[in-house]
Amino acid sequence: MKTALRIENLSVHYGKFTALDNVSLELQQHTTLGLVGESGSGKSTLARVIAGLITPDEGQVVLGSQTLGKKRSREQHKMIQMIFQNPDSSLNPKHTIRQILAEALLFHKIVERSGVDKRCKELLARVHIDERSLDRYPHEFSGGQRQRIAIARALSVEPSILIADEPTSALDVSVQLSVLELFNHLKSELNLTLLFISHDLGVINAISDTVAVMRHGKVLEINPKEQFFTHPETSYSRELLAAVTRMPTSNIEGGIS
Amino acid sequence: MISMNPILEIEGLSLAAKSKKQLVTNVSLSVGAGESLGIVGESGSGKSLTLRSILGLLPRGVEQVSGVIKCDGRAAMIFQDPRGALDPLCPVVRQLAEVVYYRQNVSRRASRTIALELLEMLGLPDSLKHTDRYPSQLSGGQCQRIVIAIALACKPGILLCDEPTTALDVTVQQQIIETITRLQSELGFAIVFVTHNLAIAAAMCSKLCVMKEGKIVERGDSLSLLQNPQDPYTQMLINAVLPLPEFERSAGV
Repeated sequence: MKTALRIENLSVHYGKFTALDNVSLELQQHTTLGLVGESGSGKSTLARVIAGLITPDEGQVVLGSQTLGKKRSREQHKMIQMIFQNPDSSLNPKHTIRQILAEALLFHKIVERSGVDKRCKELLARVHIDERSLDRYPHEFSGGQRQRIAIARALSVEPSILIADEPTSALDVSVQLSVLELFNHLKSELNLTLLFISHDLGVINAISDTVAVMRHGKVLEINPKEQFFTHPETSYSRELLAAVTRMPTSNIEGGIS
Repeated sequence: MISMNPILEIEGLSLAAKSKKQLVTNVSLSVGAGESLGIVGESGSGKSLTLRSILGLLPRGVEQVSGVIKCDGRAAMIFQDPRGALDPLCPVVRQLAEVVYYRQNVSRRASRTIALELLEMLGLPDSLKHTDRYPSQLSGGQCQRIVIAIALACKPGILLCDEPTTALDVTVQQQIIETITRLQSELGFAIVFVTHNLAIAAAMCSKLCVMKEGKIVERGDSLSLLQNPQDPYTQMLINAVLPLPEFERSAGV
């Protein structure tokens, strides 16, 4: 299996606070790494460093064979795309869906101007949104639909790595399920390499191939999903798993099949 | 759901926005002394509005158009965002003592003693007894404990909980749930617990109401409702709970 992304000895400090403490991590191609941890554990900081939104104090990010420096080229930015928790603030409220999708496509020169409409429709179809929605504005959609649009935009530039930072946390449980199903569908259809961040272990279980646990800016455990959920290695992982309130009976089946 | 000597009774409650949009329609429920009732539903189902109407805390522009709310005894509420519920410019023990002073009609000195007892009951750090701190200097879970202490300072007969664990980390979530459950068995107040998390509602409450679009679509004992849901919406909520495999708890603990 090929390594899509390698993180070496990353450290980030905010003033005196250490957000990332010598973190190393590898993301294999065409797999999903679920990153779990409590608030303040450094998950989002790590995502932002990888996406190039924060410059680390130490360490480096290696994408494929190239080391990503302080200043990234347009091409390097394109390779790593991000989806945020709150689609309300990541979609421009004054732009139509067509403008939102076209901007990314044209900026990164994915298609010619004449091909934009066709590509926009394909993208919407991919995330199960009616292609006639192109002239509508973000507020006309529900939270789940808006998150789908954000996913379509991130996918539009054909990134080699997709980072999703708590993409379902702001959604209702039933909508969360459908967005997770979409992620799982896209994963197999497009062979995505995905870094999926969540504090919700149920979500991590539904989406990941590998699980990494973070606490106080350090990665404590990296293991295949099955192993993490059945034989957690560290006492903190066990503490996390034990803290999840489960349904009172075991004969209730739920979730993604 | 008719309870013997109910502490809270809501009959035919309907709420509407100024624009005449119906938000809650004909909701009836009753809670007996010491009982716990969970209200579950997704955003926009009217579960929080129903809870807030008990205290008359409806947001501006929302009116009660019909229905009767009868509440015997004092009601106190805890909120989703504990930092938002506290005064950021007042140290927490002083906030707590203030509520004790006004609610329990005791002297300033006695109110402080009672406040310190409450701190202990909620498992807050001892250091607060001599060095008071501002909400911003406490963690989210500690702030929520202060909010619970303030609610208990009112000596409530019924505790209204509006998603009190949603904004907290799972490990903290569990501690808060345990704290509320322990205090309930010690002090015997009733609980109305509003949440979107079915598992937490079932763990906390013996009875559940499922709300959708302002109406109660199903109600019953927690276990039987989850095992044998009648309404498709309840079934859908159950299906949306993401399963977790069982793990080996023994290893090295």
